[in-house]
Amino acid sequence: MNVIYGLLAISILVALVFLGLFIFSVKKGQFDDDYTPSVRMLFDDELVKEKGDDQPKENSNHQPKQS
Amino acid sequence: MRVLSNQFEFMLTDTCFHCGEDCTTAKISHDDKLFCCNGCKTVFEIFSENDLTCYYDLEQNPGTTPIEINGKYDYLDKPEIVEKLIDFQEDSTEVVSLYIPHIHCSSCIWILENLHKLNKQVLSSQVDFPKKKVSITYKTEYFSLKHLVELMSRIGYEPYISLENFGQSAQRIDRSLVYKIGIAGFAFGNVMFLSFPEYFEVSEYWLEQYKPVFRWLMFFFSLPVVFYAGRDYFKSAVKGLRSGILNIDIPIALGISVLFLRSTVDIVFNLGSGFFDSLTGLVFFLLLGKIVQQKTYKFMSFERDYKSYFPIAVTKITSEGKEENTQVYDIKRGDRLLIRNQELLPVDGVLMSASADIDYSFVTGEAKLVTKVSGDKVYAGGKQRGNAIEIVAEKSVEQSYLTQLWSNDVFRKDYNPKFQSLIDKISKRFTVAVLSIAFSGLIFWLFYDASLALNVFTAVLIIACPCAIALATPFAMGNLLRIFGKNGFYLKNTNVLEQMADLDVFVFDKTGTLTMNKKSDISYSGLTLSEEDKMVLKNSFRNSNHPLSRELYSFLSSQNIQDSESFEEHLGEGIISSYGDHTYRMGSAKFVANYVEDSTVSTGVHVSKDESYLGKFEFDTIYRTGMEPLFQSLDNHYKLIILSGDNEGERPVLTKMLPKTTQMFFNQKPDSKMRLIEKIQSENQHVAMVGDGLNDAGALKQADIGIAISENVNVFSPACDAIMDASEFYKLDKYVEITKKGIQIIKFGFMFSFLYNVVGLYFALTGQLQPVIAAILMPLSSISIVIFTTLATQYISKPIVNK
Repeated sequence: MNVIYGLLAISILVALVFLGLFIFSVKKGQFDDDYTPSVRMLFDDELVKEKGDDQPKENSNHQPKQS
Repeated sequence: MRVLSNQFEFMLTDTCFHCGEDCTTAKISHDDKLFCCNGCKTVFEIFSENDLTCYYDLEQNPGTTPIEINGKYDYLDKPEIVEKLIDFQEDSTEVVSLYIPHIHCSSCIWILENLHKLNKQVLSSQVDFPKKKVSITYKTEYFSLKHLVELMSRIGYEPYISLENFGQSAQRIDRSLVYKIGIAGFAFGNVMFLSFPEYFEVSEYWLEQYKPVFRWLMFFFSLPVVFYAGRDYFKSAVKGLRSGILNIDIPIALGISVLFLRSTVDIVFNLGSGFFDSLTGLVFFLLLGKIVQQKTYKFMSFERDYKSYFPIAVTKITSEGKEENTQVYDIKRGDRLLIRNQELLPVDGVLMSASADIDYSFVTGEAKLVTKVSGDKVYAGGKQRGNAIEIVAEKSVEQSYLTQLWSNDVFRKDYNPKFQSLIDKISKRFTVAVLSIAFSGLIFWLFYDASLALNVFTAVLIIACPCAIALATPFAMGNLLRIFGKNGFYLKNTNVLEQMADLDVFVFDKTGTLTMNKKSDISYSGLTLSEEDKMVLKNSFRNSNHPLSRELYSFLSSQNIQDSESFEEHLGEGIISSYGDHTYRMGSAKFVANYVEDSTVSTGVHVSKDESYLGKFEFDTIYRTGMEPLFQSLDNHYKLIILSGDNEGERPVLTKMLPKTTQMFFNQKPDSKMRLIEKIQSENQHVAMVGDGLNDAGALKQADIGIAISENVNVFSPACDAIMDASEFYKLDKYVEITKKGIQIIKFGFMFSFLYNVVGLYFALTGQLQPVIAAILMPLSSISIVIFTTLATQYISKPIVNK
């Protein structure tokens, strides 16, 4: 049953890694702004679409149809 | 300047595609879309040229009309000023974070994070929506902060840069509470796991064998909880004892230390599994309460002083007659300063130009312009409207009439020392009660069965640890704070709520607080105006930038917009314009009809046509809707006082509208307002001051609670305890009522937790407190208190919730 020592050590180690990650992310300010990232992630689609649409930005006066 | 092109009658709504304003003044169509002015159209063009029209897909009419900024940011050419504003600088890269009041929707985030498409020198930009800030990294080759700010202003996102930003180093954010919660939660979870096998008291072989390991692991998990996460409770308890106050942290600290010591002794001598689960859980819940209580509104500040209103630099005219940007702090007596249209007077001075129209609405809340002539004294805090003026500084920034207010001691103290929170009041009795129960238990068992005496003594201190009591206030108040904030009443912290439940006097400022800031009631008296007259007047007012002209322009209904043949504006006097064979004069009584008007009566604009008097437009102040019922309702419980910086002109109107007991004081200066509040406080009354302008700043700070009324909460309001959206003003009495009920809820919460304590004390005093009972009772009481207070506060705040 000595394996339980090993298991305990591993489980605590894993828990400590997560605690460390949590503290690290708080320290980096990842929880400071809890709103903007939720909006930002929705933009990505539009950006990709636009880049694919037309590369030369300056000259093309392409305007998407709007209602 | 406005070009009228073909109108689009078939459009369903006549709102601007860019900013969403009604296109009442002009209709410009471009690319099948309607714009209210050229500014909005230009922004649209910039976006469409750069493939950024997505801006309009995300939200409808997200923009704002850009304002003209000619020369406004020239001071950003000075490296020593730029240096103080930017966050980071290396080689040719700079990082700056700017506050942009207009940030309000997802389109704003999108466009600001795509700034690099508008200018290649911008490397990246990131928006912090709750703070309304954008952090921009840019290259300084052929580009500078000035260019950046101008670029943003051109697309309607003008950053707000004030003296406050100057030399302000990045504030360090205190995140220790989050770390502490993280560690306490981590330990709580692991200790729960480890103590679980022992809850069932099964004596299996393997469990017996590993018991010591499990117990010592729990001990090590609880070490950071006691010595790091719970540290503040010990500190506060020691502080309380030193100053002779029995605060709530004393029984908490006592509980934590007894829990830790007893559990350690238990496992060292193999007496039991100890209470490490309760210990870590207690600290975790207490810390949760602390974080719930903290509701911060990141985009607003309750600590503003004049610095957030004042510009960083002004234009100085050197002795050689050259214009030069100079830092505001460097202005000395005798300096000649050039103040352009819309610029703020940073110091007191003497007017050199012929005349000036100064808008003191920042200071007084009064939107009407004050006309000054050459040689008059002008005070810091006013904004020039119209042509650029020249003044000679008389004082430095800090010594000016208005800014001197901030050198008063009131602005130095941070809190109200007399204030004793509800929890402080009961903690004294609570601590005494717990200690006496513990000691009588100890003495009883010493005689009855000495072996159990210490067990009982520690059990009482453990079970009576006021976790539930300490949670009632944070959860009830924290929830109310959030509900209030959602409805437009933003409080600095939960102490403000408690103080609000205990008020005796309400003091109101008049201008800007009781009256509306912008809208006034316009009435016309005199000869009937023909359609042609109206048309000419409307067109003349259109050409003038005077606020009264702007109001009259939107008041007059004439649709026909044509430019008058000649137009002459006499600053501070009026307008002469001609149309056909007729000459119209509009403006002050002296200018139009050559007589001096009694200025205490309401403001008026007089009109004459070909030297014959036509009539007069009168502007009456409008009081906020619901003011009368609000005063009637407050009058039942509170003493009401009105303090006004204005003359007595409005006294008869107010006496008619408000309860008879309302006291009124007119012609009050900023410091006399403050002193009056001090006087009422010396009579042992708790005062709430409701104000808006900078001239109320002293009074707001001096009062037990200072409430700033603001028509736009994103715009600046002076230092205060609470900021109220003006549209919520009529509900002030309901808010106060709810805070009183909130206090009742907390008291009920206290009663609940006393009941739990009684149950727990039964187990403790009879010497049968098992760790598992403590481990059930403690979270149970805490969670039920949290649920009760949250639901109850939700229920009582129904009357104020906006649908």
